[in-house]
Amino acid sequence: MSDAITVANLTKEYVLGGTWSGREYMTLRDALGGWVRTAFKKRSKPRPFRALDDVSFTIRQGDTVGIIGRNGAGKSTLLKTLSRITEPTSGTITIHGRVSSLLEVGTGFHPELTGRENIYLNGSLLGMRRAEIIQRFDEIVAFSEVEQFLDTPVKRYSSGMYVRLAFAVAAHLEPEILIVDEVLAVGDVAFQKKCLGKMEDIGHSGRTVLFVSHNMAAITRLCPRVVLLRQGKLVGDGGALDVVKQYLSDGSSGHGLTTELLNEARRSDYFGHVAKLASLELRPSAPVPEFRFGEDFRLRLRFHSVAPILHAAVGVGIDDMYGSRLMTFNSDESGVTMTTERGGEYTVDLCVPRPCLNPGRYSLSCAVLSGGQILDFVANATAFDVLPIDDASGAHIEPTEGAGPIRLPCTWTSDG
Amino acid sequence: MTALHWGELWEYRELLYFLVWRDVKVRYKQAVLGAGWAVLQPTMAMVIFTVIFGRLVKLPTDGSPYPVFVYAGLLPWTFFSNAVTNSANSLVNSANLITKVYFPRVLVPLASVGAGLVDFAVAFLLLIVLLVWYHIPITPWFALVPVFLVLTIIAALGVGTVLSALTVNYRDFRYVLPFAIQVWLYATPVTYASSVVPARYRVLFGLNPMAGVVEGFRSAVLGRPPLWTLVETSAVVSVAILVLGLAYFQRVERTFVDVV
Repeated sequence: MSDAITVANLTKEYVLGGTWSGREYMTLRDALGGWVRTAFKKRSKPRPFRALDDVSFTIRQGDTVGIIGRNGAGKSTLLKTLSRITEPTSGTITIHGRVSSLLEVGTGFHPELTGRENIYLNGSLLGMRRAEIIQRFDEIVAFSEVEQFLDTPVKRYSSGMYVRLAFAVAAHLEPEILIVDEVLAVGDVAFQKKCLGKMEDIGHSGRTVLFVSHNMAAITRLCPRVVLLRQGKLVGDGGALDVVKQYLSDGSSGHGLTTELLNEARRSDYFGHVAKLASLELRPSAPVPEFRFGEDFRLRLRFHSVAPILHAAVGVGIDDMYGSRLMTFNSDESGVTMTTERGGEYTVDLCVPRPCLNPGRYSLSCAVLSGGQILDFVANATAFDVLPIDDASGAHIEPTEGAGPIRLPCTWTSDG
Repeated sequence: MTALHWGELWEYRELLYFLVWRDVKVRYKQAVLGAGWAVLQPTMAMVIFTVIFGRLVKLPTDGSPYPVFVYAGLLPWTFFSNAVTNSANSLVNSANLITKVYFPRVLVPLASVGAGLVDFAVAFLLLIVLLVWYHIPITPWFALVPVFLVLTIIAALGVGTVLSALTVNYRDFRYVLPFAIQVWLYATPVTYASSVVPARYRVLFGLNPMAGVVEGFRSAVLGRPPLWTLVETSAVVSVAILVLGLAYFQRVERTFVDVV
């Protein structure tokens, strides 16, 4: 089989600051001012930001490859350059085959148009021919489960219906190379499963698939090979499990017990305006980020209240290596909420007695909540290990491969 | 011109069709009067101009009734001004598309011009009604109407693509354009006859691509020979603007996404 995508020394720089007066676009005044400034004095050099830094890799035809990394690591920029949406600053991309990219669900959907009309428009935008759309129209409608609203403007759709229709169109694309960005993060669980199934089919049908996700479970399930980006550089490329492990342990490396979160760049823009997580401190008995099996799990969260909050609560989630959520602890569920003042610092301690996590590495996410609404959230803030030593007896514990993450005390009886 | 990927544009012809179809559909869906607006806009202008320039100022029309005279000029002008305004803003308004999917960017301003053609067709029907009403015979000159329509499209495409690209980089054009269009109307022989401009200024007058287009269109409709110097000058200018416009668009389209 031949190479479908060859990327060599790909670099993409964005200009930050410089002559633009802080806006996202330039006005004539900026441009004219720029010329005048250049004429009379030395121009302050604009600061380039490297979204992608000398990235090289090759993807063979028919491979399904996952791309992972923190927010801002350059995943989306990589997909955009591969989809020809934006031009690289330097480096080359060689692609053999017809590419379709799904960078969001429902690209070009117009709220005033009906579901039927949007299927045609969206399909055409994604690169389907009119004849192809007509031919697959019934399949698309069946997959979307919105038959009876086909002639309703999509502005009246629920967000679930909207997503289902949009994904249905995308799922019936038949390009040689498919580039997918995080679209599975939407929709209800049942529909997500359906989408994952469809993605698997696409992967098995010999097409080349590039898949970006934060969902480690989906990544490990769909992609035999995974590429890891960190700050625009390619830092990992190999088998899915190894690279996912590398990614999840990134959070804890060099952090020790306390992870500073206040200036954490990984948080999404939506969060951190009302409350901001300041730090997460693991508090095991030994001064390393390790708990013995069965040892009480203790941690301390600090957060900063940007604005006054009624009934603020914190939450902690524990994920396994594949990004599947194992358990969540929200302080309000135990009746612990705080009424905060502007500018206040608050500290919350969590103790989970004998958490029954099998030996292995786990990832921690944390959040500040109020009345069910998430005010701040940092995913994979840090990681910790559960040692194969029983806290009570000191005995060695060696769970069999694939035994699952939880080990509960139990009693067996037999008649033998 | 070699830079323009004609083959690729041809590949994406269906998308152009869908983009035009979307613009037309959405416009008429949101408006109660629907396609009525396509007629109402030039008709209102016709009534106002007829009262002011026809009745009060009594501008010469080379012998035609003022309402038909001005409507025949308003038809290509309205198409041009709407097409230019819509395409100028088209790329900025389609930011959500061009940052998420690849297709030849020039399709966006192209579709805006294309959607205007539907309005033109509707408004053209009223022109036929007016011709019948005022007993204006249809002469062989009428065969030139499609030629002048093509010239109008060329002029609108040229100006529209340049402005769409400029608006991405310099939002100022959003504010300049409505005023510029207003001034442009009076630099174009819509409300007055081209013959009022002295013959020695005709080439200068023709530098306005719409001057020759409106003159030619109106002459063809009213059945008399156009002022050829004016038409020829404008035609050359229109084609030049289109060629230069597409070249400029090509040069800057790579960076649209990073700016829009």
